[in-house]
Amino acid sequence: MGVWIIAGVTFREAARKKMLWMALGAGGAFLILFGTGLHFQAKDFAAHGMSPIFRREISFTMVTMGLYAVDLLAVLMTILTSVDTLSGEIASGTIQAIATKPIPRWQVLMGKWFGFLGMLTAYIAIMVLGVNVVAYAMAGVIARHLIRGLSLMWMESIVLLSVTFVLGTYFSALTNGVLVLGLHGLAFLGGWIEQFGAISQTPRAVNVGIIASVLMPSEALWRRAAFEMQSPLANAMRVSPFSTLSVPSMSMVVYAGLYMTIALALAIRRFSQQDL
Amino acid sequence: MEMSRSSDLAIRTCGLRKVFNGKVAVRNLTLNVPRGEVFGLLGPNGAGKSTSVKMLLGLVFPTWGEAEVLGCPVGDFQSRSKVGFLPEHFRFYDWLTPIELLNLHGRLYGMSHTELRDRALSLLDLVGLTPHHEKRLRDFSKGMLQRIGLAQALLNEPDLIFLDEPTSGLDPVGRRLVRDIIKSQRNRGATVLLNSHLLGEVEITCDRVAFIKDGEVVETRKLNPDIEEQSTVSIRAGNMTAEVVGGLSRWTSSVRSQGECLTLTLSSSALLPEIVRYLVAQGADVFEVAPQRPSLEERFLEIVGSDGGL
Repeated sequence: MGVWIIAGVTFREAARKKMLWMALGAGGAFLILFGTGLHFQAKDFAAHGMSPIFRREISFTMVTMGLYAVDLLAVLMTILTSVDTLSGEIASGTIQAIATKPIPRWQVLMGKWFGFLGMLTAYIAIMVLGVNVVAYAMAGVIARHLIRGLSLMWMESIVLLSVTFVLGTYFSALTNGVLVLGLHGLAFLGGWIEQFGAISQTPRAVNVGIIASVLMPSEALWRRAAFEMQSPLANAMRVSPFSTLSVPSMSMVVYAGLYMTIALALAIRRFSQQDL
Repeated sequence: MEMSRSSDLAIRTCGLRKVFNGKVAVRNLTLNVPRGEVFGLLGPNGAGKSTSVKMLLGLVFPTWGEAEVLGCPVGDFQSRSKVGFLPEHFRFYDWLTPIELLNLHGRLYGMSHTELRDRALSLLDLVGLTPHHEKRLRDFSKGMLQRIGLAQALLNEPDLIFLDEPTSGLDPVGRRLVRDIIKSQRNRGATVLLNSHLLGEVEITCDRVAFIKDGEVVETRKLNPDIEEQSTVSIRAGNMTAEVVGGLSRWTSSVRSQGECLTLTLSSSALLPEIVRYLVAQGADVFEVAPQRPSLEERFLEIVGSDGGL
C-alpha cells in the first residue's frame, strides 16, 4: 500500500518538473521537424522517380534516426529527473517525515522507483509512437518489430533509473548525475568501439566494447533495439549508420535485466541501512 | 532517576551510542521518559540531541546500545503508527495544499479517507491554518510551514510525539499556540519529547528535562515539583532571637543569618510548613518565605560551561 502512495506522489512530483514539459515540448518540436523532413523527402523521391525499395530503405533509416534521437532524450530525462530524488530528499530532510511513518523503507524506495517508471513509460511511449505515427503518415513506414524495440528502449531507461537510484544512496545529486552519465558515456563509446572493431575485424576491439556493455548495458540495449526496428535489408547490407555489425545477443538483454535487478536490490539494501 | 517499569516508560534507552566516521555524536545515552509527561532535551549545539531523537525514530541506526519506544524496539512498525514527529526543518513537496499534505501523511499512517477528511480539517483549525487551506505550501511562511508540520505530527493521535525545535520560526502567538497544543496533548495522555533551545519555553512546558552534554545525560531534573528532595529556602522575618534561630537546628544543620534574613538548606521542602509554624509560635514576624530554585538557565550554564558547547 505504502508503495503506491509514494509512487503516486512521486509521479505527480516528476510530472511537475519543468524539465519534463520542456522535454515534451522539445520532443513535439522534434516530431514536427521530423515530419517536415520526411514530407519533403517523400516529395523529392516521387519527383526523381526513385526505386520503391531504395525509398523504403531510406525512410526506414529516417525512422531509426528519429528513434535514436528519442532514445537520447529518454536517457537524459531518466537521469536528470531522478538524480536528486533520494540524495536530494536526504540532504534537505524531506525524507524524514516520510521515513518515520509505519512503512518499511523498501516501500519508500520502490514507490519512488515506480513513480519514475510511470512517468518515463508515458514519455517513451508517447515519443516512440509519435515518431512512428509521423513516419507512417508521411512515408508509409513504421519500425519493424516496434513493440520489441520499444520494450528494449524502455528497459534501457529502467536500467539507468535503477543505477541512478543505487548511486543516489551513496552520492550527492550532482556526483550521482556525473557518474551515471559517465557510465552511459562509457557504454556509448564502448558500443562504437565494438562496431568499428567488427568493421575492421579486430576481435580485441569488439571485446573492449563487450566489456563496456558489461559495465553498463544501457547502450547495448539501444543497439539491440535498433537491430530489431531496422529493416532486414539495412541490417544485412549495413547501409545505415545504425546498422549493427555486432548485434548484442539476447544473453546481453537477460544480463541487462539481471543488472537492473541487482542495482535495485543494492539500492534497497543500502537505503534500508543508511542513516537519514 | 528512579527505576521505572518498562511499561511505565514511553522511551527507554540504555547505553545508546552513535559514531559517524570515527566521530562520536552520542557517547552513552541512557534515558527513561515516563509515559504521559512532557520531557525536554537540553544541551548545547553538538551535544547529540538531534542524533538521539533520530535514533529513537529509527532514522539513524545506533552503533551500540539499545532503545525501546512505547515498549517496542526502535524502528518497530507497530510503535511507529503511534508516534508523531515534527522535524526541526519541516520540508515537503511545496506544490501540495495543506489538506493534500495531511491526506498523504494520513494515508501513510493507514488512515481511511473518511477518517482523514474530518481529522485534517480539525487539525488545520487547531493550528490556525483554515483560512489558508487552498494555498500551496510554496506560498507559506516559515511559521505557517511549522504549523502544518505540527498538524502532520498530530494526525494519528499519537501516544508519543517528538517535537524538534517546534517553536523556531514562530511569532509569540504561534509559540503560545504550540505551548497550548503540547499541554492539550499531555492532558489526553500523550507523551511529548521536546527538543528546544528556548529554555524559557522548556521551563514553562516540560515536566522533566534531561541535560545532555557530549552525548551523555548529565542530569535529569523534574521541573516545578510539589516536593523537592533538597531545597534552599530564604526567610525574611523580624523579632527573631538567637535562641529562636538556634532552635532551627532540629530541621537543618545549615542556617545562615544576616539581619532579618535567614537562608536554610533543607533535606526536603516538606519541612517548610513546620518551620514556619515554629517561627510564628516563637513570636517571630514572618514577612516572606521564598524557596530558592536556580533557574533552568543558571543550571544549563553550570552544566554546559561558558563556552556554550562550542
